[in-house]
Amino acid sequence: MAKKTLNIVESAYRAVMEEQDDTILWLLAAMQAAGSEHTVVLRGNAVNYAVAGQGVPGLTIGEWKQTQTPKMDRDVIDLVQKWMIPVFVVEEDLRERGIAREELVPGVTLVARSSLPALFAEHAVVSHW
Amino acid sequence: MAHYLLIESRDPFESNDVLYYYDLARDLVAAGNGVTLFLVQNGVMPARPSARSATLSELARSGVEVLADDFSLEERGISKLAEGIVASPIDVVVDHLAAGHKTLWH
Amino acid sequence: MSKTTLTIALMDPPYESENLTTAFRILDVAARRGYDLNVFAYEGAAGLAFARQAPHPNPVHGKNLAEENHPTTKDQVAALLAETERHGGKLDWVNCGMCVDERGVSEFVPGTRRGSPADLHAFTEASDNILVIPTK
Repeated sequence: MAKKTLNIVESAYRAVMEEQDDTILWLLAAMQAAGSEHTVVLRGNAVNYAVAGQGVPGLTIGEWKQTQTPKMDRDVIDLVQKWMIPVFVVEEDLRERGIAREELVPGVTLVARSSLPALFAEHAVVSHW
Repeated sequence: MAHYLLIESRDPFESNDVLYYYDLARDLVAAGNGVTLFLVQNGVMPARPSARSATLSELARSGVEVLADDFSLEERGISKLAEGIVASPIDVVVDHLAAGHKTLWH
Repeated sequence: MSKTTLTIALMDPPYESENLTTAFRILDVAARRGYDLNVFAYEGAAGLAFARQAPHPNPVHGKNLAEENHPTTKDQVAALLAETERHGGKLDWVNCGMCVDERGVSEFVPGTRRGSPADLHAFTEASDNILVIPTK
């Protein structure tokens, strides 16, 4: 049985246009496919990944056009539904950024900062990305 | 009167140093210059109404033109902007560069 | 009236920073206006024009090579070169030679060249304006 791993993700939008996804969320999904057992906590600016209705049509440079642009809300939904990775969102970080619960995609769970120690205790490995 | 374009790619939630840049914008205006503060990338995160957006609204009231990159806003699903902040295409950066305005990136 | 010439200095490596997405957007607007453009690719940015970059499929997205249509910065550099020329401007894209050697990325897309800090000096002297986009 795989080690249960809690992943706190705070880096956001760093290379999503170039990679067409978030490299950390991508890595966790790929590892899950290989047998890992991950849980994700979105904190800091990464809480914005859970906001529904985001994404741009694509980058255009002259006649070159990007056709597969990232949609981070879709990727969060995929984590939960397709990859079966529980996703928590730190509620204080949402509130600080003026983001209401109603703006988030379905399937994510709010967690208070004070509840993180309990989550830590449930996992064999804790990684801060 | 000189005009400055200050491009802010960082946000005050993750970097205290952003406040230095906001202060710089205010000081340049106080010194008699025109200043445009262009928020881009995660720099647009405080453009959404929140406790942190108050500083930007205050900057706008003090005479700083506060713009937020429309691409960065759309990428993050930010549609409602705090008072004094206006969405803008990236073309405005090229406008300022072509006009010879000193342009800084933070 | 003389032609507008702009210089942009880049420092970030490909595939790691949103700075480059913004830089290419700025350069694209300037190219469409027919401006002459200089780019000094320093440190990690010396890899932007590396010719051996290759797109890949994406199993997490469930997409094959064609469906993923993964962007490469070398293609973006090539598109920018073409766009500048199409609108009557010229793009002088210089890859810092020492940075290139350190990283082993000496095969550039056609139309870009190896250079040195002296090129950034010359660009600064000859340009109407300069924008430095630093790495963090």
